Amino acid sequence: MTVSGLPPFQRFLDANRDAVWRLLVSSVGPDEAEDCFQETFIAALRAYPNLRGDSNMRAWVLTIAHRKATDHHRARARRALPVDPETLATSAAGAVGALAPRDEGLWQAVHGLPLRQRSAIILRYVGDLPHRDIAAAIGCSEEAARRSLHEGLSNLRKAVPA
Amino acid sequence: MSGTPRASAKIEAGLRRGAAGAGAADTERQAARAAQRLGERIAAEDLADVSYTSVDSPLGRLLIAATSRGLVRVAFAEEDPDAVLERLALALSPRIVETAAPLEPVRRELEEYFAGRRRRFEISLDWTLIGGFRRRVLRATSEIPFGGVLSYGEIAAEAGSPRGSRAAGNALGANPIPIVIPCHRVLRSGGALGGYGGGLERKRLLLELEGAR
Repeated sequence: MTVSGLPPFQRFLDANRDAVWRLLVSSVGPDEAEDCFQETFIAALRAYPNLRGDSNMRAWVLTIAHRKATDHHRARARRALPVDPETLATSAAGAVGALAPRDEGLWQAVHGLPLRQRSAIILRYVGDLPHRDIAAAIGCSEEAARRSLHEGLSNLRKAVPA
Repeated sequence: MSGTPRASAKIEAGLRRGAAGAGAADTERQAARAAQRLGERIAAEDLADVSYTSVDSPLGRLLIAATSRGLVRVAFAEEDPDAVLERLALALSPRIVETAAPLEPVRRELEEYFAGRRRRFEISLDWTLIGGFRRRVLRATSEIPFGGVLSYGEIAAEAGSPRGSRAAGNALGANPIPIVIPCHRVLRSGGALGGYGGGLERKRLLLELEGAR
């Protein structure tokens, strides 16, 4: 079959834009989310015709978004050496003006986590992805993804006052 | 295990809310705005294979779609836009994006046409979707001038098939670019309206607009 059966890209974009936006705001903050959002969907648009019609498109595009967010973190870390987790946390989470006060501390703690734990946490809870897709997005085994998630949660419990 | 189940539940609930602002409505509005700007960038960098938008007209809302070659589809409001776009995805490419900028010349010429200020479309057309006999019929049809009419038999003869008036009627009925390829200018030999893909009321309106009836 040469027929791809893919929906028009616009429909794919409409169906996934909120999920991608949420994931990006949670991982890089609202100011930087715009650029990452564009990069994510432009990369998706380029690769789109090669996608199989029966793929899990949501997991696919959230994986791309996660990669763009990670690239973004690395680029920022290179620009602003030495990396100060405090700065990272405030520039990402602190810029969330409308964030409910009850969550502010939590997101600062998330942004203070080691990269892999933070990725696992955001992909799991904001992206609502299963362990298998988290592992694929991070590029690790499913077991390692589970472990990062567990360690991340455990660190958050320590960092966030109950 | 560290922490209490209750602390975990609270943290997990906070994580699920995400850091995207006060509520779901904010997220949706921000995402919609970001998607809008994305569409503009896709248009500016020419990254889509098919662009589409919708425009208002005296014949109702029209969905118009174009490739880099030109206008490829005009659909009336009765046609399900999802189905129209799905067929374009299959026939051309799934890289289909809603963005108005590339279609601005089409919108402008249609507006001028409906306002009586344009008698001839100058926008280029993409004939990819139109093959074989249908292409010969519609090419001949596109030569009929504003205000003019031909019969089904005459257009069949123009297309090189003098006895093919019924087949010509079918080809006209499947015109993917109505209005711009003026299949409304083809009538029965006695002058009766015949058929029209967009309904006879629209055909009548177009002919009146052109002063042909």
